Amino acid sequence: MFLETVAHEGATFFHLAPLAVFVPLLGVLLNAFFGRRWGERGVAIVAVGASGFAFVIAVLQALSLMAHPEGAVVPIAEWITIGDLRVAWAQKIDTLSVTMMLVVSGVGTLIHIYAVSYMHYDVRYKGDPGRYARFFVYFNLFIAMMMILVTGDSYLTLFVGWEGVGLCSFLLIGFWYEMDILGRPSTANARAAMKAFVVNRVGDAGFLLAMFLTFWFFGSLQFDEVFPRVHEVAAEHPWVLLAISLLLLLGVTGKSAQIPLFVWLPDAMAGPTPVSALIHAATMVTAGVYLITRSHEIYAAAPMAQEIAAMVGGLTALVAASMAVSQYDIKKVLAYSTISQLGFMVAAVGMGAFVAGMFHLVTHAFFKALLFLGSGSVIIALERAHHPLPEEGGHGHEHDEHGHHAEHHDEHEPFNPQDMRVMGGLLKRIPVTAWTYIIAALALAGIPPLAGFWSKDEILLEAKHLQPVVYALLSAAAFLTAFYITRQVLMVFFGKPRSEAAAHAVESPRLMTGVLVTLAVLSAVGGFMNAPGVHAFGHWLEHTLGHVPVLEFDPVVAGVSTLIGLVAIFLAWRVYRATFAWTEWSQDPLRRYLRGLYDVLAHAWYWDELYQVVFVRGYRALAGFLAFAVDWTFWHDWFHDVLIAGGYRRLSRFLSQPVDLGIIDGIANGLGNSVRGLALVMRRLQSGYVRNYALAVMLGVVSMLVYVAWALR
Amino acid sequence: MSGILEFVTHPLNAVTFFPLVGVVAILLLAREKETLIRWVALGTSLITFVISLGVLGLFNPQDPGLQLVYDRPWFTVAGWTIRYVMGVDGLSILLLLLTTLLTPIAILSTWTAIQERVKEFMIFFLLLEIGMVGVFLALDLFLFYIFWEFTLVPMYFLIGMWGGPRRMYAAIKFFLYTMAGSILMLLAIVWLGLHYGTFSVPDILAQGPVMGPVQYWLFLAFAAAFAIKVPMWPLHSWLPDAHVEAPTAGSVILAGVLLKMGTYGFLRFNMSLFPDAAKYYAPWVALLAVIGIVYGAIVSFPQRDVKKLVAYSSVSHLGFVMLGLFAFTPQGIEGAILQMINHGISTGALFLIVGMIYERRHTRDLDAFGGLWKVMPVYAVLSLITALSSMGLPGLNGFVGEFNILLGALGSRVLGSYWFAGFAALGVILAAVYMLTMYQKVFLGPLDKEENKCLQDLNWREVVTLLPLIVLMFWIGLYPKPFFALMHPAVEHLLQAVLK
Repeated sequence: MFLETVAHEGATFFHLAPLAVFVPLLGVLLNAFFGRRWGERGVAIVAVGASGFAFVIAVLQALSLMAHPEGAVVPIAEWITIGDLRVAWAQKIDTLSVTMMLVVSGVGTLIHIYAVSYMHYDVRYKGDPGRYARFFVYFNLFIAMMMILVTGDSYLTLFVGWEGVGLCSFLLIGFWYEMDILGRPSTANARAAMKAFVVNRVGDAGFLLAMFLTFWFFGSLQFDEVFPRVHEVAAEHPWVLLAISLLLLLGVTGKSAQIPLFVWLPDAMAGPTPVSALIHAATMVTAGVYLITRSHEIYAAAPMAQEIAAMVGGLTALVAASMAVSQYDIKKVLAYSTISQLGFMVAAVGMGAFVAGMFHLVTHAFFKALLFLGSGSVIIALERAHHPLPEEGGHGHEHDEHGHHAEHHDEHEPFNPQDMRVMGGLLKRIPVTAWTYIIAALALAGIPPLAGFWSKDEILLEAKHLQPVVYALLSAAAFLTAFYITRQVLMVFFGKPRSEAAAHAVESPRLMTGVLVTLAVLSAVGGFMNAPGVHAFGHWLEHTLGHVPVLEFDPVVAGVSTLIGLVAIFLAWRVYRATFAWTEWSQDPLRRYLRGLYDVLAHAWYWDELYQVVFVRGYRALAGFLAFAVDWTFWHDWFHDVLIAGGYRRLSRFLSQPVDLGIIDGIANGLGNSVRGLALVMRRLQSGYVRNYALAVMLGVVSMLVYVAWALR
Repeated sequence: MSGILEFVTHPLNAVTFFPLVGVVAILLLAREKETLIRWVALGTSLITFVISLGVLGLFNPQDPGLQLVYDRPWFTVAGWTIRYVMGVDGLSILLLLLTTLLTPIAILSTWTAIQERVKEFMIFFLLLEIGMVGVFLALDLFLFYIFWEFTLVPMYFLIGMWGGPRRMYAAIKFFLYTMAGSILMLLAIVWLGLHYGTFSVPDILAQGPVMGPVQYWLFLAFAAAFAIKVPMWPLHSWLPDAHVEAPTAGSVILAGVLLKMGTYGFLRFNMSLFPDAAKYYAPWVALLAVIGIVYGAIVSFPQRDVKKLVAYSSVSHLGFVMLGLFAFTPQGIEGAILQMINHGISTGALFLIVGMIYERRHTRDLDAFGGLWKVMPVYAVLSLITALSSMGLPGLNGFVGEFNILLGALGSRVLGSYWFAGFAALGVILAAVYMLTMYQKVFLGPLDKEENKCLQDLNWREVVTLLPLIVLMFWIGLYPKPFFALMHPAVEHLLQAVLK
């Protein structure tokens, strides 16, 4: 077999790595310029093809690495060279970057395929079918940017991808920029997009400063030149490593949605569901985890930063999990869940358990992508039941060019297909979606032998040894995780349908369910790649991370975490059992136990509201004060106009009259045609408006020039 | 006669004075032939651009010193021989190209926007180009001063005659403000002339830079003129007025080129003539620069007039340039020179973009728009690229400049503190806030204003106007090597002279 030959005999395909960036970019250009002409089928072929090609390239890299585990640096072009600063466009191919490439392009391609069908419905329900191509332009751009991020051979090239995916995130959150998530005319989605970008910029500023420090103390930004010098620099200036790792951590809290910068991610759910799955769950948001893993030498030399990072991750895991408990929006639950799971990963890589963190990154990509895609399938199922498209026998007149949202203007509350309160009983109506969803949910809850169990267990095991406090935080978070995901599964798939739409929901097309099933298989068995006794994944990463000590499988830790999960599932079932008979949602049963706390959690601890008051309103007030009071009223109007100009006016009225007129007359008489024209123009200006004090000075210059020109000959 | 021939065939004189040909041609044309006048002006500025490319072809990037020098005795007044010295080096070549590129673009943007007194407009515009190119090429202080002042005159009229409702106020303020600083510079120039017996900068430097306590005063006198032009905080008060009132093409040139005359002045004269003073004042200049970066970014945010918003953003961006220059590191200075070009490209494009919508809607009030992407997708995409370039997205031009400036400032021995770069990095965040706010208010959200529903997307002329700038944004962002290659030796040379 060809592939086996490659893996064993050592032909390398490293030089093909740039294609993983360029082919998706080609897809971007093709669909941007011709997409509208090609129609949905053509767009889909190009976009999926480009993403799939990137996956093939990633697989070839992986095969090449089997024979040459040391990897390679693939140079493309020079970029910035000034003094000692030398940064090239180059790709670093090693087991870490290729792991990310495989996840990004593999899961990415699956989500592309899913989106081919999903977006067909979405653009019609939102009332603008012409936007189909644009979606895939952004989607392919995202793959290209993500590839730059994970393969960059220096902090700076990584940063290009880092901000590039941020841009794609901005564009895709604001994909339906003229409406809110219910399709009503609003700036809500656009504001969510901007919030994501700006909050990320805060983190990026930290990233930038970290790079500056790195350059001045390491003399380079290239990974291969920075890391070997860590011990040397750590010995000379210990504070530098702490500063760099904390500034990078600030970047991580932005991109990977950790405390204190996580607030953008729940709002990012405004993007179409495949976006949430690909960007805001499986790949982009894990870039921070990748960044810390990539910088493992630096973090290892700054133990204090490690403690802080692990604590940030642990706290985020717990806090976000608590916020997920009382959400009603199917995607919001998953959003907080993602923040929480990212907390697990950041805690892991923060405390130095890089393999465990990366392992969880991979399994999470499978099951969280599946959860999001499943939720998308549910949403579309409800939409289709609520309003069949004309091609499916719906009423054509409802789908005029304004889309179906237009007809809801006079209703109080438009139908919200994301509200779990109008779901229920979907297990029977959409069984494939339901069962794959349940598999993913159990994987998330950490039930053996599904993927999430193994990776989470590894994190907990490491935490128990490295940072017991974080272990406690994560265990509590694991309990809440199993609880909220069970609550969601029960609300969505069990009990009785609580709306007409739920009662008539239709299973999604095969293109979508096929992807769900594929991801379900991965979520089920993906954990075995690093299960105790196998550790294939750990050995794979060892080529990049150096020797990684493997902790012995601890049945107590595994048992306790499994028990926690099962107890939480049982409790959730006990609490929500009562709702199975409901045909209409009333007060949440959990509220009876939690009372006021329930509302606090439902409002995500009022975290957003706090930021709104302190930062948004605070900044508005400051900016308004500076712009209008200080800069305009005081500096512009009073200081300049009243004090300087007014004073000058009085002075010049006294002085300038005779001088001014004398000069004008002299010039106008003495000079040639063109200059006379100029002077006439000036006179016209002067007679038409207020006295022109600049005139004397200006004419002085003109006459000087004329004199000079004359003197020259 | 042969003297004149010798004069005009020198490439630097040719590129400076070629627009005069267009001026004469337009003077001879009847004012009713407006289209022909436009074509003559455009053609003249395009040929000037081609000549400047010829200068680039003759330019040797490896040579750190002045090139293509044209040095003749000019005239004698009261026993003084004034010399006419022109030359180009790595510090000025890119600014020359920026000027000759932006002029035809700006002229193209007036095609339908300027309908009154087209003849005068084009004459002033070409005269302005002469002044700007002269500023960047003149190496004799006297000659420099003449070009410097000369640029005021056409700009004064461009604002005063084709401007908005408060055009006279803005024009006079622009004029007076600049004059006030220039007078101090003139005094310093006279002092230098008396002291050295020449105004020629190469001759002065051959005798060694100014030493002793007087250089601190001279530095400040030059700085007064340049800081107003940049404009550095808190001397920026003329800028929003000038931009708001100026016609689109005037704003493009004002932001794109005229402001660079200030930063270029610091680079060309303050640093090499008064190196000790420059190093002494560096932290203070950097402090004002950082305040400008943050202040300009904050003050842009709540503006409702798009032009005012972009004007204040210039205060912020030019703060970056000043910070980079006075970091006295190779990265800082090269980043700053590149950022001068970047700002010309991005902000020039922003003003063009504002002009395009103003021509359609006759308002620049942010609240009058919303959801324009829907009706003007091409316009929206080009605007998005420009906005991203302006806020420093990696892969586009602004990032390369800002990154090197901040990197250079953080490690600067002359500045001696990390805090300058630390606070300046706030500007990176705040730039995203005001740029995206503007973008969102204009292009995103529902298309809910009746007047906006039948707006026409860009026509071919408008796309062609923007396209060269968009191409440059990507080029500089992805492969800035050729641009840096032009300035490496000159910057190294300058740093050696200053830091020794």
